[in-house]
Amino acid sequence: MSQIVIQDVEFSYRGQQDKALDGVDLEINQGEFVAIIGANGSGKSTLAKMMNVLLVPDRGSVTVEGLSTSDPDNIWQIRQQVGMVFQNPDNQLVATMVEDDVAFGPENLALPSEEIRRRVDLALQVVGMDGYQSHPPHKLSGGQKQRVAIAGILAMKPDCIVLDEPTAMLDPMGRKEVLNTILRLNQEENITVVLITHFMEEAGLANKIAVMQRGVVTEVAPPREIFSNTALISEAGLDIPEAVKLAKELQERGISLPDIMTADELVEALC
Amino acid sequence: MLTDITIGQYIPGKSIVHRMDPRIKILITLIKITILFLIDTFWGFGLFLLLVVGILLAAKLPIKRVLRGLKPVFFLVILTLVLHLFLTRGGEVLWQWGFLRIEEAGVFTGFFMVARILLLIMFTSILTLTTSPLELTDGIEYLLKPLARFGLPAGELAMMMTIALRFIPTLLEEAEKIMKAQQARGADFESGNIIQRAKALIPLLVPLFISAFRRADELALAMESRCYRGGSNRTRLHELQLKKSDLILFFLAVIIAVFISFF
Repeated sequence: MSQIVIQDVEFSYRGQQDKALDGVDLEINQGEFVAIIGANGSGKSTLAKMMNVLLVPDRGSVTVEGLSTSDPDNIWQIRQQVGMVFQNPDNQLVATMVEDDVAFGPENLALPSEEIRRRVDLALQVVGMDGYQSHPPHKLSGGQKQRVAIAGILAMKPDCIVLDEPTAMLDPMGRKEVLNTILRLNQEENITVVLITHFMEEAGLANKIAVMQRGVVTEVAPPREIFSNTALISEAGLDIPEAVKLAKELQERGISLPDIMTADELVEALC
Repeated sequence: MLTDITIGQYIPGKSIVHRMDPRIKILITLIKITILFLIDTFWGFGLFLLLVVGILLAAKLPIKRVLRGLKPVFFLVILTLVLHLFLTRGGEVLWQWGFLRIEEAGVFTGFFMVARILLLIMFTSILTLTTSPLELTDGIEYLLKPLARFGLPAGELAMMMTIALRFIPTLLEEAEKIMKAQQARGADFESGNIIQRAKALIPLLVPLFISAFRRADELALAMESRCYRGGSNRTRLHELQLKKSDLILFFLAVIIAVFISFF
């Protein structure tokens, strides 16, 4: 069964003529890893905000596990089920201590303090930040902050995590840390992941990619298919990953290679 | 440079005063301040000073640090003393020169006021020196909770204080970055008179404010998406728990307060 169903959603920001979303259809299944890619202004962040009721569609519908986001009574349940991680790690941490920040969500759910304690420690373990409980967040690196933010969402026990360009402000090390954490959550904790990104290498890690362009989802397919459709990618204002490009050119010159998604895979195949 | 600033004046420690429940500490401080304004004998002030010194020793605070806290009020103290000496009338005339005259009552009230101000600051600085800002916020929230019935948003106030504390280092860091960026373009923050320097701060403050608002906006979104919906109905990871020793110390403090007020 589809976990998140987006049907013919239209939305425009107040005071703006152009529609940010213009008839979007998308289904996301339980346990999937979906990447949403698109150029700036293609509506991908707007779509992300639809999934946990930060925005509500003007027309069409968004349902999460059968609950419509247009019904105000469902807001808090949906927000507990669908967590959201934002781009700037500094602007989503609330408290002066790591553990207090991770506890923020469960505190809002009015859980007893022993339960909060358990969830906080577990969530920090899952993201590999155990032992940082009483650190002040401003002393952490970008990747660490972002993992604390993810732990804060995990502590609410969501079924799905939406990440809106979580690595855009990180250095390569931090990016790797965060991506590994996301992959682990998806594979080991069976949490649905929706990753908004404009890094094609990151999108290559997903089960399927949704390409967005001018407020519409133009294609949904596994990464292999998306990356082989060069016309679609360039029309959306994006580039296919360097490794994929190189592998393709090698294949054209008669070197036999399997389908390549990442630089690591290419290295593996060539060496 | 800017990031060296510590938040508040908290000096971490493990003394009995440090470990007291912040609510009790705040309450005791309020009681003692009230008493301070009721005392009007030398004996009373002497006992109070003894009490302050005793607590300072128990808290293992550096005395120098506490005395340094008195510096900012130095001018106020002198002014109070001088005004009382020459303007308060009553009792024997002790000294006269032209229209300037010092009378007995002036000397007494003058020195009492000075003692009050100095002791007040010393006592309250014990509170801020031994309690972390986080504990203070928690304590204030709990104490204000009863007023929530009359519409006071205690939870929201505490949330605001926490967020302010959280963002002080972030904004300081940002201010430093903007300062360097503007200096790289030839801005001069260091020379000129006060007015010129204040004017030079505008290119620092405007971007800082804009970014603070943007941060606030994003933070509000992030908080909402984590189910924040106002102060009521929240639980806490760290519930404040009264220990037996807290209650004992509280009653001790009340008894001492009553005792001192008899002098």
